[in-house]
Amino acid sequence: MKILIKNGRMIDPASGTDDRKDILVENGIISTIASEIPPSADVEVIDAAGSLVLPGLIDIHVHFREPGREDKETILGGSIVAAKSGFTSVCTMPNTSPVIDNQALVRFIKLEAERGPINVFPIATISKGAKGEEISEMGELVQGGAVGFSDDGLPVMSSVLMRRALEYGRLFDVPMISHAEDSVLSDDGIMNEGKKSILLGLKGIPREAEEIMIYRDIVLARLTKGKLHIAHVSSGGSVDIIAQAKNAGIHVTCETAPHYFSLTDDAVEEHLSMAKMNPPLRTEEDRLKIIEGLKNGTIDVIATDHAPHLEYDKMQEIEYAPFGIIGLETAVPLIITELVRNNGFSYIEAFAKVTSNPSRIMKLDRGEIKEGKPADITIINPDEKILIDNSFLISKCKNTPFIGKELYGKVLCTICKGKIVYTA
Amino acid sequence: MNELKRKDLLDIQSLDVEEIKLICESAQYFKDLFTRTIKTVPILRGKTVLSLFYEPSTRTRVSFELAAKQLSANLINVSVATSSVVKGESLIDTVHTFEAMKADYIVMRHGVSMSPHFLSKNIEASVINAGDGYHAHPTQALLDAYTLLEKRGSLEGMHIGIVGDIKHSRVARSDIEVFKKLGAKVSLCGPPTLIPDDFSVYDVDIYYDFDELLPRLDAVQMLRIQRERQKGSHFPSIREYHRLFSLTRERMKKQCKSDIIIMHPGPINRGVEIDDYVADCENSVILEQVTNGVAVRMSIFYLLAGGASLEGIDD
Repeated sequence: MKILIKNGRMIDPASGTDDRKDILVENGIISTIASEIPPSADVEVIDAAGSLVLPGLIDIHVHFREPGREDKETILGGSIVAAKSGFTSVCTMPNTSPVIDNQALVRFIKLEAERGPINVFPIATISKGAKGEEISEMGELVQGGAVGFSDDGLPVMSSVLMRRALEYGRLFDVPMISHAEDSVLSDDGIMNEGKKSILLGLKGIPREAEEIMIYRDIVLARLTKGKLHIAHVSSGGSVDIIAQAKNAGIHVTCETAPHYFSLTDDAVEEHLSMAKMNPPLRTEEDRLKIIEGLKNGTIDVIATDHAPHLEYDKMQEIEYAPFGIIGLETAVPLIITELVRNNGFSYIEAFAKVTSNPSRIMKLDRGEIKEGKPADITIINPDEKILIDNSFLISKCKNTPFIGKELYGKVLCTICKGKIVYTA
Repeated sequence: MNELKRKDLLDIQSLDVEEIKLICESAQYFKDLFTRTIKTVPILRGKTVLSLFYEPSTRTRVSFELAAKQLSANLINVSVATSSVVKGESLIDTVHTFEAMKADYIVMRHGVSMSPHFLSKNIEASVINAGDGYHAHPTQALLDAYTLLEKRGSLEGMHIGIVGDIKHSRVARSDIEVFKKLGAKVSLCGPPTLIPDDFSVYDVDIYYDFDELLPRLDAVQMLRIQRERQKGSHFPSIREYHRLFSLTRERMKKQCKSDIIIMHPGPINRGVEIDDYVADCENSVILEQVTNGVAVRMSIFYLLAGGASLEGIDD
């Protein structure tokens, strides 16, 4: 099958291209990129005039809940949601039930993903059983298809275990992804510790709980020369710490999530458990630092931390409700609305965070539009307004504080491995 | 205006000064009524009040129940230990069940902050917050304000201290809000571990030296140490806490204005935050606070029910 994408504005952060181009896809590969490609009879033409043509987006932090909580989401279902949201590759977090800590389970995810529309790259646990005691069989796991390691959902509280993981991981040149939280200091908190938590009488999680762990992991990365990636950075102080480490030449990369550059802890009062996530929404000052960190390159990646929870789980007193919100379907609209429209990011700057950068960190060999590369392509109309409501959301779980919001940026078409996997 | 144009009473923050004054004014009427021989009026006849306490409580619960009964409501008292709550039913499902039985008012105490707000968004019945987590205890704050109004006529310019475990106290938060709305100056006192710096959000002064604060105060609200809500160590021992922050006879004689008003929301831990002498001295209004609590809660029911004319109602 051949697909010709005509008249679009091609945004390719890897090569710095922002130009009107035609793109021809043949046999799953990008075969030609040129300013004018005439259509032939056997070609399906997509007219992308007025739209952005981007590398298929990459989300390196999703929770698809399978195995174990298929009522919340599955690998197949989550992949369909991802395709609809413009993503052609995702990395799944291993805090399922059971956790992904052996090769058979990694293979299970890869096999399930084959039935779906997009690329799924499993992340496996740092420690056996995610218990924080012994490092998992990283060689076996990498061989099975794991692209990184994380005990996400839980911090690695043992410094010696984190040290060993960073050291041992050098064998395979894979990142250790840190859920950076000193859980003793966060002490069963519910929201960001600050003026808002005082006013609402809710137990706070100080940003220091995140910053202390980032510091620790950074000095361990310095000690071990391992590859460290910090998940879901939420605090302004963390941005400063990571910038310092990068300047010092330590191998550390990091991600933030769209909600950390779009919302503050004010949202908790209105949305209660729908605005409860870990790390928590911080203050306006933090939000602005996150945006600055994205702009100046301290923050490499935007990843959604897509975390489906059923309605009855979230429809509880805020303390009892689980942490987390869904993020895939609101990612593109939030990037375009908040970063491009409200904060003057170029499309290249904004979309590097969900294409070339995550691909480089996780070594996915994707995230660019280049002749000879797999044809993962996303077409977006950045000017179209969308309303986030229950009919827009196709995710099984609709736990998001963005319900009712009007945002810009509609995903029109997603192509993965040369096949159209979604059209609006 | 003689009604509260709102479905719920959730916190002080959402009340304006006019509403607070209105509640206190009609509380005066109900206090006169029920401290005389006439104890029952038909204001809530035919209405059902559900008292749903997810945390143990004696005084607040009895006070609400008395208030509802004196207004002739049908009162249902749900004991959480024997209810479906322990069978794993969610709060929303539990309350929908009672709504299906046509409960008009739900008086709820809950250990989790913001639970009454969560509930009010999801049900039709009026929700009256009888205390949620560390967040708010609006009826306590209103009865405290009413007690001070009764004594001094106005809170304008008064300097009120709140002393003790501020961090874990819903009474402190609601008191600060109501006292400030009525024009008082509020100062907090306790160890830094129990007064997070972010309490500055309320525009209050924070004192760590009790003896420095006491001479300035016109009234002081002494709080109990919320041992059951504290996790980990916020101060080294009761003995040390007592030495630094207890209102004792010696301290009172030495530091306080002679007409200082001593308040305590109860229950009192004698010998910890307050001693026998101070609790029972003539400056103490602790028992009047309890009496006023019934009046204020009657007033709140009455005003939420529409505030019909009271003329001739006690005939």
